[in-house]
Amino acid sequence: MPGAVFFGCTFIAFGPALSLFLFTIAREPLRVILLIGGAFFWLVSLLLSSVVWVVAVQLSDKNNAIMQKGLLIFGVIFSVLLQELIRFGYYKLLKKANEGLLAITREEIMPISVQQLAYVSGLGFGIMSGAFSVVNILADSLGPGTVGIHGDSSHYFLLSAFMTLAIILLHVFWGIVSFDACEKSKWWALAAVVLSHLVVSSVTFVNPQYEGSLIPVYIITLTMGIWAFFTAGGSVRNLKLCVTCRDKDFLLANQRPR
Amino acid sequence: MISSDSEDELYTERTALMSANASAMPSYQDKDGAPGSANIQANRRRSAANQPTNPVEGSSSTEGGPTSRDAVGEAEEEEEEELILKYGAKHVIMLFVPVTLCMAVVVVTIKSVSFYTEKDGQLIYTPFTEDTDSVGQRILNSILNTLIMISVIVVMTIILVLLYKYRCYKFIHGWLILSSLLLLFLFTYIYLGEVFKTYNVAMDYPTLILIIWNFGAVGMVCIHWKGPLQLQQAYLIMISALMALVFIKYLPEWSAWVILGAISVYDLIAVLCPKGPLRMLVETAQERNEPIFPALIYSSTMVWLVTMAKRDVGTEEPLNNTCNAANYPDVEIETNHYAAQGSDDVSDMPQTQIQGVRHSAAVGEELEEEKGVKLGLGDFIFYSVLVGKAAAGASGDWNTTLACFIAILIGLCLTLLLLAVFKKALPALPISITFGLVFYFSTDNLVRPFMDTLAFHQFYI
Repeated sequence: MPGAVFFGCTFIAFGPALSLFLFTIAREPLRVILLIGGAFFWLVSLLLSSVVWVVAVQLSDKNNAIMQKGLLIFGVIFSVLLQELIRFGYYKLLKKANEGLLAITREEIMPISVQQLAYVSGLGFGIMSGAFSVVNILADSLGPGTVGIHGDSSHYFLLSAFMTLAIILLHVFWGIVSFDACEKSKWWALAAVVLSHLVVSSVTFVNPQYEGSLIPVYIITLTMGIWAFFTAGGSVRNLKLCVTCRDKDFLLANQRPR
Repeated sequence: MISSDSEDELYTERTALMSANASAMPSYQDKDGAPGSANIQANRRRSAANQPTNPVEGSSSTEGGPTSRDAVGEAEEEEEEELILKYGAKHVIMLFVPVTLCMAVVVVTIKSVSFYTEKDGQLIYTPFTEDTDSVGQRILNSILNTLIMISVIVVMTIILVLLYKYRCYKFIHGWLILSSLLLLFLFTYIYLGEVFKTYNVAMDYPTLILIIWNFGAVGMVCIHWKGPLQLQQAYLIMISALMALVFIKYLPEWSAWVILGAISVYDLIAVLCPKGPLRMLVETAQERNEPIFPALIYSSTMVWLVTMAKRDVGTEEPLNNTCNAANYPDVEIETNHYAAQGSDDVSDMPQTQIQGVRHSAAVGEELEEEKGVKLGLGDFIFYSVLVGKAAAGASGDWNTTLACFIAILIGLCLTLLLLAVFKKALPALPISITFGLVFYFSTDNLVRPFMDTLAFHQFYI
């Protein structure tokens, strides 16, 4: 079937993000706007880091391959740091906007809680980051060609898709943990998020030795996921209630008779 | 190449008029002037015939408003401000969806149907070629093309405003009908032809005629007369996409970018300057309590409000008559109170109808008081031109397309935020197009090499 690779990789990379969007965000206009805002801010951070990299490359010796690779590594690290900075900046902006909103409406409750903000902005960052990493590759996978004809790995598309999936989920978890850390001034948690982002990006330097990169990335994803789960207020007890459909708050919210 | 007069009028009046009419939102304008609406209601009670409510009056009544609202005032203000927020987010999404759909149609077509990226000549409005020897000459030609195009648009807009001012409605309607006919029949025929060619679909003329006849006829009915709201919205999106595709095909490369920039500036001037043609158009329409032509504006919701007990609701008046653009304030939450009170002492209240009344509602009741936002079709067209050009651009890069798409959406969001703050018709092009242009050029030239190099080495950031 033409495009089997395309559809498979697309849904591997974006399936969870799409379902998260459809089930939790699509119905709430405010969340959609914040999601797109998050995507926009990630884009801004990418733009700024690209500027720095392009300037550095122009100023350097283009023929020196090692230097170019070094510059690229520098570019990646700078970009990661800038992304985290912009995530922090987005947090500050949202807090201010929320306060402004509260002041205008004189309401007691915010229309959206900080945890929801964290989740939505993390997802926004993640979707944009994933899209930029993988969309061109997916578009190429539609066309004719043989993967890895020069001796490279033939699993290029599949593994790129898995990597993208990990990145999207990681951004969600990083968002949740870092916003919570900013709220409670847990600076060590914030530093841990930045560090884990750096580790994830650095680990991809060993590509195409995919065992060396994908496995650590997924381990980190799992760890961050568990951390984010507990940060967002989850617990083993909650989990049990949810899975066995006895969580009264959730059921009431969804109006399912029990 | 194609240079019929009607096409000329077709796109110029759409772009000129609608782009400025972007967020003409009388309801927001009179919003926390629900006193504005109170004023209108009071006027109507006084005399069915004369409806002064010119902008000046409207604003002064707004100032005197809060005092006239005594009891319900405080709580309503709070409620209404919170509702501004809630409705604000909902309105943004109500515009995001059609804009996204239009852009998606354009991008998908550009990427798959090669006809719209082939160079088959230029319109007569951009007579200077871009196949020049030097870069300087090319820039000069682009600027000249832009000047010609913009002046054509300005002239057309002024003609339209003059026609409207001197009440030559028949002429305007004829013009609009002609241009929709062209879009719905001819451009659709060309589009379908090219799609069939791309996918190698065998098609016979009788079937094609049937399809196009039905599509076009239903489109004309929906756009110019009555039809289900979603069908009308779908048709407006489709004709915007078709128009955008025509622009993408026939505008030369650099001229297109300069034109996009210039038309944002023009939009800004035309809508905000006191003597701007589009501002005059909006104000004249409000003075006369008429809606602006339905064929030029995308409206996110249909609004119906019937506050009558004694008149026969069955007699619906045609769309271009007593339809009251200033009725939109009527659909605020506060007017529930007024209408409820009003329907008690009903004696001489004239029948109020809103543009786009599709059903005759139950007598003496209020119905939906959904608020909506309106966006001019020219805005749809130029957003889609920008994204389509990004998709068609030399590199064919999806990242650039995505970046422009997000930039335009954020620009639209900011414009709507400003709308909520300033509460008057605002140009929708400048912010979005500026963001779009900035992101297009920076993504194409700066981000693309970076991302390509990263993808080559399979580094992830």
